[in-house]
Amino acid sequence: MNVVSQALYVAPTDDTAVAVAAAASRPHVTIRGLSKRFGTTVIYDKFDLDIPRGQLISVFGPNGCGKSTLINMIAGLIPPDAGQILFDGMRLDEIKFGYVFQNYREALFPWMRAFDNIAYPLKMMNVAPAERRARTEKLVAHLGVKIDLNLYPYQMSGGQQQLVSIMRALIVEPEILFLDEPFSALDYEMTLFMREQLQRIFMETGTTMVLVSHDLEEAVYLADRVLLLSRHPARVADFPKVTAARPRNDATLSDPDFVRMKAHCLEMFQREVRRA
Amino acid sequence: MTAERLKPLLPVIGVVGLVAVWSFVTWQKWVDPVLLPSPIETAKALWIGMKGVMGFDFVKTVYRTATSTAIAAVIGIPVGIALGSSENVYRSLEFVIDFFRSTPASAMFPLFLVLFGVGDETKISVAAFGAALVIVFNVAYGVMNARKTRLLAAKVMGASRLRVLFDVMLWESLPQTFVGLRNGVSLALVIIVVAEMFIGSQDGLGHSVFEAQQLFEMPRMYAAIFAAGALGYGLNVLFVLIERRFVHWSGK
Repeated sequence: MNVVSQALYVAPTDDTAVAVAAAASRPHVTIRGLSKRFGTTVIYDKFDLDIPRGQLISVFGPNGCGKSTLINMIAGLIPPDAGQILFDGMRLDEIKFGYVFQNYREALFPWMRAFDNIAYPLKMMNVAPAERRARTEKLVAHLGVKIDLNLYPYQMSGGQQQLVSIMRALIVEPEILFLDEPFSALDYEMTLFMREQLQRIFMETGTTMVLVSHDLEEAVYLADRVLLLSRHPARVADFPKVTAARPRNDATLSDPDFVRMKAHCLEMFQREVRRA
Repeated sequence: MTAERLKPLLPVIGVVGLVAVWSFVTWQKWVDPVLLPSPIETAKALWIGMKGVMGFDFVKTVYRTATSTAIAAVIGIPVGIALGSSENVYRSLEFVIDFFRSTPASAMFPLFLVLFGVGDETKISVAAFGAALVIVFNVAYGVMNARKTRLLAAKVMGASRLRVLFDVMLWESLPQTFVGLRNGVSLALVIIVVAEMFIGSQDGLGHSVFEAQQLFEMPRMYAAIFAAGALGYGLNVLFVLIERRFVHWSGK
């Protein structure tokens, strides 16, 4: 390991080191003793992790290692077999959170206009219609989104639909936002555009975000820290910091530090893949 | 370019072709004119009939079909939703529903005659029975096959089970519900027309066809058949239009 890459990230030797590294600000999410098996396959076995506040964490790892399973358990979509997940010491049902699905086509409600899709979570919180409208308009203005929100989702492009999904997740002003491969159903041009959109939203809201990605460049480009998972049963293979300044842009992609960071993550990834 | 512009006229070719062949056959007298009257004679019989008794019969059949379909929908849609929202309930009743759905509704006539006598009630209730089973089956399927992601999305946004049912499952099942309604109305028309032929009927298109045949008024018989065909086609088109209006997202 050379000096430069050491400067780029903190390599934890065990799980306590992860906690120490994150202790600068109190961790937002604490995961302790998380266990999950599907049939006879052990996906997680006494897994511990601290997710720092106000940062964008990318989750990356070999196929089937349980990237999506992790955020689905944190977001309450899949019940863990054992373990505890707390948000500032509170349970999931005590906090506000958002979730963005990979399949925007199936996650949005096609019978509602985009505007009503975005406002729907407020309806679930029993917010009055007038205030729902006001808050939705405020969010749209705040993010500077230029889409006709009177359209139905199926009248929009894939990127626009996913942007609507993200706004729907943001409308409740969540403390944490989960994104499960949000751009992998989009074409490359749209993916690049959406990365910028997400980065902008992250910089403006400062919401803690956990992003599952299968694209290493995207994972590193967007992240403050990259959570590299091992093959199942998943451990934290590495949890390096990405220090590149924001806003990041095309120049960042060819920045030597960034390239080294990406190479390091790739090396860790391939080591895990070869362990099969 | 002209070829493109003429494309909407393609369906007319079939109609013109059929009438042409029909005219040619009757002109050449390949078939006994008593058995197959010319298109002009038939059209004349249809025109005169629809202004008189056949028009009344047409309205009667529309009334019976519409009533039985409405009853079937009012019963079938809520039952279908109830069945579909619980997989266990559906599985336990699946065989019974499938069995009666597969039973020819016409086989139920004697039973319903005993229950309701020879009036309109019997015709309408047998047709409603048949259509309701088709609707129940389709609605339940639509509810059960609601997209998992959409249900999860609603759950993640804090929707209760009841909310998920009304805000997601119901909407998700609408396209399949319309499939059920369209099949249901077609089946109801079949049952009504058959019932009008045989069960001491005094009116209706089925009666009209049957009576014309008994009196050997072939042009009128063909006219009544075409009237029944037009009714069936019209009902189907009507439901497709309603579906396009209310289920605008279907297939998109």
